[in-house]
Amino acid sequence: MNVTTRPGPRPNEIPGGFDVARIREDFPILRQTVRGKPLVFLDSAASAQKPRVVIDAMRDAMETQYANVHRGLHWMSERTTDAYEAARDAVATLLNAPDRNEIVITRNVTESLNLMAHSYGRGVLRPDQAVLISAMEHHSNIVPWQMLRADRGNELRVAPITDAGELDMDAFEALLADGKVGLVSITHMSNVLGTYTPAQRIVQIAHAYGAKVLFDGAQATVHRRVDVQALDCDFYAFTGHKLYGPTGIGILWGRRELLEAMPPFQGGGEMISSVTYERSTWAHVPHKFEAGTPPILEGIGLKAAIDYVQAIGYEAIAAHEAALTDHALARLGALDGVRILGSAQDRGGVVSFVVDRAHAHDVATLLDRQGIAVRAGHHCAEPLMHRFGLESTARASFALYTTREEIDFLADTLARVREFFT
Amino acid sequence: MSDTTFDDLRDLYQEVILDHGRRPRHTGRLAAFDATAKGDNPLCGDRIQVWVKYAADDSIAETSFEARGCAISVASADLMAEVVAGRSKADTASLFAAFRDLSRTGSCPDCDARLQPALERLAPLAGVHEYPSRVKCATLPWHTLSAALDGRGETSSEGGPA
Repeated sequence: MNVTTRPGPRPNEIPGGFDVARIREDFPILRQTVRGKPLVFLDSAASAQKPRVVIDAMRDAMETQYANVHRGLHWMSERTTDAYEAARDAVATLLNAPDRNEIVITRNVTESLNLMAHSYGRGVLRPDQAVLISAMEHHSNIVPWQMLRADRGNELRVAPITDAGELDMDAFEALLADGKVGLVSITHMSNVLGTYTPAQRIVQIAHAYGAKVLFDGAQATVHRRVDVQALDCDFYAFTGHKLYGPTGIGILWGRRELLEAMPPFQGGGEMISSVTYERSTWAHVPHKFEAGTPPILEGIGLKAAIDYVQAIGYEAIAAHEAALTDHALARLGALDGVRILGSAQDRGGVVSFVVDRAHAHDVATLLDRQGIAVRAGHHCAEPLMHRFGLESTARASFALYTTREEIDFLADTLARVREFFT
Repeated sequence: MSDTTFDDLRDLYQEVILDHGRRPRHTGRLAAFDATAKGDNPLCGDRIQVWVKYAADDSIAETSFEARGCAISVASADLMAEVVAGRSKADTASLFAAFRDLSRTGSCPDCDARLQPALERLAPLAGVHEYPSRVKCATLPWHTLSAALDGRGETSSEGGPA
């Protein structure tokens, strides 16, 4: 790949003090060119770019203040432990969790969901209890439950979605009606359709039938403030790298009494209270679920990312991204031969589309040649693709650094892609 | 008005690829076949099935395919069906090796001169070498044909080198 430094496309301003041009300066990578063209990065839903403060925080830690955490009785270890544990506080504040010890640090959402399938699925659910997911889940919220089913026999139910890409609430409730569902594990925002699920209603209905609720918030936490107490949910999972933080760190929040009732996930150091050859006892929550050396630098980076997002403010980010998404839906929707997947009323900054007569991979390659990065494929959501009679789509996703001009450039280029394959 | 936006993509999407990608000539299951195999690329979801009918001397009489994939994979499968007709299994394996070089490096300077006419027919696909993520699109049909010729029923782009 041919990469040199050049100024990016002319950014825009959103009324209300949200200055995209200034924000873009915080992201060094946005000054890159790709294949001789300014980088138009519309793949943030896969992984977001990192602001300077995140890069600096991780580098500074490595250069000035780094050791293993929680065990060294020396200055560097104590300082590093403080810096790392500050990430737990930042996450607790971000989610409005009532107790910092309810924040379990994992490697990514996938690990958070696997932890749930292992420790809640095998440790708390009875084999005759079902798990209810939706028809717009990422594979990471399907496969762990299939593995649970194979292992313990727990039924896996799938709540259908409408053609608009919204959860069918009547069908959802009907699937809970027999009281056999022990856990609803459902996306808070679809990585393909952009749909926000009606989280509070989901929780109200699920609780009414005695089921606990786990949200996969991998996408949702990026675009809107999430308050687990307001949602009244029982578990919430998200990941650092989509929230402008580093890869290798994920979060599982759970109500303390539920976490305490769950057996550990992985065994090893950090998660024990004492070990003899006869038996070991477990550390308290959350360390019971945090075997091995944790993602120390990633925690430091995630705290910097959360501070960065909080300083800009979710209200400003949400307004900016809502305007971008509306603009993208209008521009792409107006293109002949381009079809957008889903038309949910409540949606975040993700737009999946197909182009007549052009396979999504060909579309992505043509866009790439113009410096536009989009995702193409099944988006780790094959059953959802099949629900819409498709094998793959292209997907443009937006972040706080995305500009209206970038979306215009995408739409103009897509019009040419269409001609290319006609 | 001429559109120059994608001029630099014509090396990848040459007319022959667009044409064979859009209107492949060798699709559909053969009424009578001796070997078949399915191939998939789990990373992108592309899938293909290839059918082969042998001649009396065990060379390839006819090949057909059904594919779900991009223009490059469909065009590659169609051109493959064209160039392997009449070839022995050994000859087809040599041609696949040469095509693999072509798709990875853009050329095959040391290739057997007897393969040159076929490689010239496949040359429009050489442009994929500039797009590493797309090389597997071009080679999946060949992997699948190899599996059919070897009597293996299935293969995957992740099962071996591209």
